[in-house]
Amino acid sequence: MRHFKTMLYPYLVWIGVMIVVPMLMIVMYAITQKGNDVTTFRFTLDNFAYFFSDAIFLDVLKRSLWIAILTTIVCILLGYPTAYFIANAHPNWHMRMVLLVTIPTWINMLVRTYAWMGILQDDGIINSFLGLLGLEPIKMLHTSFAVVLGMVYNFLPFMILQIHTSLTKMDKSLLEAANDLGADRLQRFLRVTLPLSMPGVISGITLVFLPAVSSFFIPKLLGGGQFVLIGNVIESQFLTSGNWNFGSAISMIMAVIIMISMYITKKVDRNVDERGV
Amino acid sequence: MKEKPRIFSKLWMAVLLAFFYAPILYIIVFSFNGNRSLTHLNGFSLQWYEKMFSSNDMMDAVFYTIAVALIATAVSTVVGTISAIGLSKSNKVLKATVEHINDLPIMNPEIVTAIGLLMFFSALGVKKGFLTMVLAHIMFCTPYVMLSVSPKLRSLDPNLADACMDLGATPWQALTKVIVPQIMPGIISGALISFTMSFDDFIISYFVTGNGVSNISILVYTMSKRVNPSINALSTIVILLITVVLLLINMIPILKERKRVK
Repeated sequence: MRHFKTMLYPYLVWIGVMIVVPMLMIVMYAITQKGNDVTTFRFTLDNFAYFFSDAIFLDVLKRSLWIAILTTIVCILLGYPTAYFIANAHPNWHMRMVLLVTIPTWINMLVRTYAWMGILQDDGIINSFLGLLGLEPIKMLHTSFAVVLGMVYNFLPFMILQIHTSLTKMDKSLLEAANDLGADRLQRFLRVTLPLSMPGVISGITLVFLPAVSSFFIPKLLGGGQFVLIGNVIESQFLTSGNWNFGSAISMIMAVIIMISMYITKKVDRNVDERGV
Repeated sequence: MKEKPRIFSKLWMAVLLAFFYAPILYIIVFSFNGNRSLTHLNGFSLQWYEKMFSSNDMMDAVFYTIAVALIATAVSTVVGTISAIGLSKSNKVLKATVEHINDLPIMNPEIVTAIGLLMFFSALGVKKGFLTMVLAHIMFCTPYVMLSVSPKLRSLDPNLADACMDLGATPWQALTKVIVPQIMPGIISGALISFTMSFDDFIISYFVTGNGVSNISILVYTMSKRVNPSINALSTIVILLITVVLLLINMIPILKERKRVK
């Protein structure tokens, strides 16, 4: 069976070419000047300096982080109870609920985000309904509310499913033990269920924060042209203004921010664990 | 006293599911709208479906989406399965390296993967369009196939292939008659993940395509700037298709179980 390992070799070439080389090209472009060619590289850190010296870009960065953090928090607050209810639902309903939460994620994100445009419009369904009640219309489309709503809508199922998995994996006899030892409902939840479901929350945070901070079509469709997040800046550097070096530098900055956030999340989780013990 | 939380949890789930399904319902209802409005219903008509079927852009996008998804699924399922078998017999260092590289497109924001591929294809001078889209889709689908095949391989007896060959099977026979049938559930779920990932992809496709080749997602993105209810008609068909496929996938194990009971 040893010679089966040669079956991996073509794939090694493939990932080298299709995954590693493009990643190296991003780094290469980020640390070189615009307009160089294969023979003359001029290394520079100007692309990074340009980003951090411009108040506009720093504002974009701050807004992206703020929107992504807000989205993540809302997803935890809505996702945790949902996952908890599903995990404790009647066995007959359990799988059906999971399926109902999963189905929307399989439907094209663009299509679902596009639907919100019609719902949130100034003369859309929600405002027509408010009109029937005799209330003033509220401007929703092209606000940060619409962007956060769109992100929560698209990414909440990921949070629910992650927490749900960790809740169902939990050993139920631990709760009985806690009960026997005299813990009440709230104590059982806070001291047993919550700490044991933290891994689910952590991977949920990863699955929500990462696409939220880098998203560009949700802010474009629901936030309008003026609502610029870091993903939109990257998009425009590559597809309209054509400054690949600067665009690469921004995406590296974004990647570093994501890595730092993941590191902090894991660290906080570990500290909570230690305190719990 | 126990009834109270039950009612609360039922209400919570009802509101949440309404939130999840309202936009989907909205698209379906407005695809039958009698006029152009995306906000007010005005009678029933099938005009947006007619417009959709007579629109070359839309039919092309449907064709490209399905063609790319089928090719990418076929190639990445075969490549992913072969590579996963090879990986399961490789040494630790190689295993860790491949797993880390495979993680890159899964863990990186899609836009980062997308711009990397955009610059890569441009540097090679490949004409952007159908081919680049297929290559990119194979790239991001294969790691998912490997992720769903590898656990099945780990649960196999490591001496299984040797046992087959001791009994006179050629390595090819051991592979196709023993190993592949054993890991079939993993291969099938890998293929399904690939198909839906490719079918729904927007970000990577959007960056690596060109020359007027669009899939459904790109079409919705570029058309959303103007009011066009045909998008609702197209979306409705996509929604129905995906829902039917999903229900079938979930029904198959139940039906099989029933047959066994009979």
